[in-house]
Amino acid sequence: MCATCGCEQEGMVKLTTMRDVLFAPMHHHSHDHEDTLPIRTKVDLEQDIMSKNNLLAERNRGYFLAKEILAVNLVSSPGSGKTSLLENTLRDIKEEINFYVIEGDQQTMNDADRIAATGIPVTQINTGKGCHLDAQMVWDALRELKPEEHSTVFIENIGNLVCPSMFDLGEQKRVVIISVTEGDDKPLKYPDMFATSQLCIINKIDLLPYVNFSIEKVKKYARKINPTIEFLELSCTTGKGLEDWYNVLRNVSTVHHYAK
Amino acid sequence: MNPMHELSIVMSIVDAAEEQVKSHHATEVESIDLEIGALAGVDDYALEFAWEAAVKNTILEKAKRVIHKQRGWAKCLECDCEFEIKELYDPCPLCGEHLIQILHGKELKIQSMVLLN
Repeated sequence: MCATCGCEQEGMVKLTTMRDVLFAPMHHHSHDHEDTLPIRTKVDLEQDIMSKNNLLAERNRGYFLAKEILAVNLVSSPGSGKTSLLENTLRDIKEEINFYVIEGDQQTMNDADRIAATGIPVTQINTGKGCHLDAQMVWDALRELKPEEHSTVFIENIGNLVCPSMFDLGEQKRVVIISVTEGDDKPLKYPDMFATSQLCIINKIDLLPYVNFSIEKVKKYARKINPTIEFLELSCTTGKGLEDWYNVLRNVSTVHHYAK
Repeated sequence: MNPMHELSIVMSIVDAAEEQVKSHHATEVESIDLEIGALAGVDDYALEFAWEAAVKNTILEKAKRVIHKQRGWAKCLECDCEFEIKELYDPCPLCGEHLIQILHGKELKIQSMVLLN
């Protein structure tokens, strides 16, 4: 039955010329009408705004599982030491673990260049104005990078403690880095990032004598948001604490590479 | 105030609206109902600012936006107490512990849209 006038004429597909619609179900009328009223349709979606990214992230997760790859998403403010940590890690234990790196920055190849200097394969993603990496970008980078089975892929996210927390990349582990030159109340200010990370690395501990930073406070605050978060304290400059980080990597990568 | 985060969210909403318009062969979105939780990390002012900018020349440009706010609600995993939570670091008001499960408040979704043909 026609929704406009109640007539019983059966419909046929027609193109309307007034509006640019490809397919508009309309009824063929034998009598004239005034301008037809718009048909109002309520669409119940209950659709998570992040659903598209989450779906793509699960696809990435499946890719990592199938290839027994450990994917680690490294997040932090700009300048906390993500790239320096990677440089040290790659240089020191590349003989033990097959590494690949996906670099994320708004502009420049600077970080990718630093990684490439260690001899490790790296793909740089430049997001332009974008403030976070998302699952689609990581997928595109993986198809270029082609990491081998049983490898460890580091994803160095854009320096930003806000937006990256919302975007699942399909990683197995998320590591948040905070340096002692930042405020020790960071976990309270950026709770989502600490809530979604499993490990918190406190970097630049060599500078502790010169700053007003309390390791105990940052741990206390982080545990308020995420009671099971773990901590490492290190300095990329002096090398102190790096071996503990390498041991974590060795343990976790073994679990992932040979997980049934 | 940095609306970049909210800008990204509005752009996702525009994408979702465009998909629905296409699949329903509609011509306009009359209104769109969003559910945003208190713990979703979305700033009201930044969202409004970002919305104005991001919907220009899109299918949502003239759409009425209706926001349903969902308050934060958590359950303490130590003592089973359920309580309203305003910040992620709030402790259980009964036993003071932080080991909690967020039941509501992180929603960021499109509930429904009214499309016009």
